Parts: sequence; C-alpha cells; structure tokens
Amino acid sequence: MVTAAEATAGIQLSKLTKSYGPVRAVRSIDIAIAPGETVALLGPNGAGKTTTIDMILGLTRPDGGAVSVFGMSPAEAVKAGSVGGMLQTGSLIEYLKVRELVTMVAALYPHPLAVDEALRLTGTIDFADQKTTKLSGGQTQRVRFAMALVADPDLLMLDEPTAAIDVEGRREFWAAMRSVAARGKTVVFATHYLEEADAYADRIIVMARGRVVADGSATEIKAKVGNRTIRATFPDSDPDALSMLPGVNSVERHGDAVLLSCSDSDAALRAFLLRNPDAHDIEVHGAGIEEAFLELTAEDGEDEDTERTNS
Amino acid sequence: MNATYLRFELLRTFRNRRFLLFSLAFPLILFFSIAGAHRSTTLDGISFPLYFMTGMAAWGTMVATISSGARIAAERQFGWTRQMRITPLPVRTYFSVKIICGYLMALLTIAALYLAGTTLGVRLSADEWLRMTALLLIGLIPFAVIGILFGHLMKVDSLGPALGGVTTLFALLGGAWGPLATGGVFLTVVKCLPSYWLVQAGKSALGAGGWPPAEEWIVIAAWTVVVARLAVVVYQRDTAKV
Repeated sequence: MVTAAEATAGIQLSKLTKSYGPVRAVRSIDIAIAPGETVALLGPNGAGKTTTIDMILGLTRPDGGAVSVFGMSPAEAVKAGSVGGMLQTGSLIEYLKVRELVTMVAALYPHPLAVDEALRLTGTIDFADQKTTKLSGGQTQRVRFAMALVADPDLLMLDEPTAAIDVEGRREFWAAMRSVAARGKTVVFATHYLEEADAYADRIIVMARGRVVADGSATEIKAKVGNRTIRATFPDSDPDALSMLPGVNSVERHGDAVLLSCSDSDAALRAFLLRNPDAHDIEVHGAGIEEAFLELTAEDGEDEDTERTNS
Repeated sequence: MNATYLRFELLRTFRNRRFLLFSLAFPLILFFSIAGAHRSTTLDGISFPLYFMTGMAAWGTMVATISSGARIAAERQFGWTRQMRITPLPVRTYFSVKIICGYLMALLTIAALYLAGTTLGVRLSADEWLRMTALLLIGLIPFAVIGILFGHLMKVDSLGPALGGVTTLFALLGGAWGPLATGGVFLTVVKCLPSYWLVQAGKSALGAGGWPPAEEWIVIAAWTVVVARLAVVVYQRDTAKV
C-alpha cells in the first residue's frame, strides 16, 4: 500500500496493461516509486521493461490502468519539463557538435541546467567540440545521457543505457550516472544485468513476461535469483544420492557429466567433493539471469499461460 | 517559436553540403543545359531562357519544400522524433521549423536561378521579381505540407524514388517543362493540381494580366487543407505505434 502523499508525489502505476496484438507485453502491474528513489527494472528481453518505460514517458498509450507522474499525466509531466529520458534506441542527429546538440535540447526545457554543467556531470565535456558522428558507442550513450540530464528533470528514465556498449564504456557511463544520482533525482533504469542493478539501485523490481515477479532491495533480490550451478564429470553417478546433498535443488545428467542446481553452492560443493573424490573438471556457474527469472515466473503460478513475449 | 532550436535546425540543415549542393545543382544544370542551347529563341515574344527559368523555379522550389518535410522520415527511423516527443517541444514547432528550412532552401533555389538567368540575358524589373517570388512562396504552401505527409508515410529506402516520382509528375503535369495541356478536359484536370498554379506563379513574371485568379487560391487552399488533414491522421497513426 502507498500513502496518498506518495501517490501524488512520486510515480504511480496502477493495473497498467498493454498488449501488441496477441502479445501481452505488460499484464496489470502496480508499482509505486517514491521521489528520490533509484530503481532498477531488471528482466530479460520481452519482460515488458521498455513498454512500461514508454508508458511512463507517454510514448505508448496503455490499454488499461493508469500512470501518474508527480500527480500529473505523462504528457503533462513531459510538457512541464519534469521528465528526462534516455530511450533504448536512437542515434544522434548529424552535422552538430556535442555541445551544440546539448544546447539545442536544453533550449526546449523551461528550467534547464547550464549546458557546461550537464557536459561535466556526464563526462562529455572532454569531447564537447567533436561532431556527433565521430563518437564511440560509450561516448554516444553519455551524450544521450547529457541530453536527458540537461532538462534538470525530477525524474530520469533510462532504458538499458549500457546495452549497446563495451565494458569500458559501461564503466564510464555508470561513473557519470553515480554523480547524478547523488543529486536527489528519482531515477528509473532498465537493465539485463543483476550486477548493474545491485551496484546502482536502491531498489530492484524484477519483471518477467509482463509482470512484476519480485520487488525489493538488492540483497533480497539476490537471495532469490542468486542460484548457482555445479558441473562435474564422473562416470556412474547416482542422481538420487546427489539430489540428497545439502544445498542441491535438482540434478541433471548428460552422459558422464552432472549438473547440480544449487541454492547453496558452497555447502553443496564441500559435500559433493567429500563423497565423490574422483570427480573432475569441476565448474561453478552463477545461474544465467534469464534462467533465474524464468524460475521466478514459474513460481509465480504462470503455468496456465505458456505464451511468451518476445522482444 | 523557439529561436535556439530554430538556429540549430538551420545550422544542421545547411551544414549538410551534399543536400545543399544537389538541391541547387539539378535545377541549375537543367537550366543551363536546356536554356543555354536555346538562348536566342523566343516563344510568343518571350525569351526562352526567361520562360524556362520560371518553370525551373517552380520545380526546384517544389523539390526543396517537399524534401525538407520528408527528412522527418529519416528522423523517425533513427528514433529522433521519439526523443523529441519526450521533451516539451510542441509538435507544431517541430513541423513549422521543417517548413521554415524548406522555404529558406526554396529562396536559395530561386536566387540561384535568377542569377543563372541573368547570365543568359534574362532581365526583369524589381517589381516583376518580387511579384513572382511572392506568388511562388504562396504556391509552395501545399508542397510544404505534402513534405510533412511524406515524412510520415515513407521509410528512408523508399523516400528517394517516391520523392523523385511525385515531384517529376507534379512538375510535368503542372507544365514546369512546357505546357502539356492547352485545352479541354485535360486542362481542367491539370488546373486542379497545385503544381499548375505554382508554374503559373512563375509565369506571372511573363506579364500575364489579371493574375492570380480566384481558382488559384481555391486550389491551393483545398490541397493545403486536405493534405494537412491527411498528415494529422498519419501522424496520429505513427505516434500510436510502439
């Protein structure tokens, strides 16, 4: 439950629903975000993250339910300059330098930041006099971040801001993001990466198949999706005995290889090695985030409906 | 109107040298190659270069205004229009600025052709220049709106052929390269096209008396209203998508 004050002050999604033909992209989600929170929307492709973000920004009209942004409709919030957004796709327009582009965008807002301040905060000031076509992927993303930030919005929406860039670019982007989040903005970002959500968000909302499947602090979410898998090679394994080991949830055999899906891989590995000293080629993997999400959705009682949304 | 936004839109339009060069080059090349070969010919007492210059002005300015709006197709395709839709920029400002860019391009085209005309001995009084320019600018209104419509109907890869085809047909039927229809039903049909009146606007410099007639205003207004209505429908369809 949210209080009346939160309902008008923050972001409020109630029974929000959107389908594209037969694909139910978002299925009646309820989310309340308080002002000043940094929230990660975490989920695999097709989870409904982008559709949700587009509805908050007023780019997509919901089939049902309501969106309220600081007590306004999305269109009103955008018009008031309260929202800055970095969409998942989109390139920069040509024939302008970075500083010119950010200046042009700043001119659209009622109370923008000083252009140089936005450039400094996003780490784009070093290449502010470069043409927009001469940038690396990471630099382009930071310029797009500067375009969202120069609005000096109360709410920043970032849709997979690091999806298309390399590790170095990702690191630079989040360094820029950190300096911004400290300024008391409400920030919502979508990501595929649990590590990103963990490192940069106060709160993680996990989405899968158009629903919210988990919502809580990073610690709570990691406990839910942090399963690991142990893989080892040894002949004549006994699946029943293996499944009795402490920390093991399930066992699969593939020829001479066994896969142990674990809730506590440390305990499982100790017990496993004690009882199977001739096992070799042992590997421990973090469960793929996608697998972890699917597990969460299955637990959520989604079995009646096998249809999946695809990105 | 947002002066800073307009300034950078103009800047990026006119920094695009290839766009600038090709927009100006084709009317000039056609003019020099055809009018140059017939520089001492006269038609009904009018010098051929003058006659042809007015037709090229109609065609060149039509292409300039249509292509300016049609650039929206590219901006839609790479996500720029969506980026603009999450800013407070009003849609009508976005469109108006595209139209202003198109009109500036049209003015450049007219200026270039006038200059080219003088080198082939075209002489008009200041009054005639002004009158012709003003009438051309009015005649271009439907084409500015057609450009915006195209920008929402087309994808970038189909834009070239579509623009080439439509502007050529309009110009040909309108008589930009010489009158096609001289009478009968065909002329009546052709007179319903905005390009016919755009060409006539150019021809006003040839000293036709009592022009423009009421028909012109009606055709221009009707095309503008109908195409604008269509553009609104297509725009709404476009923005209702994902």
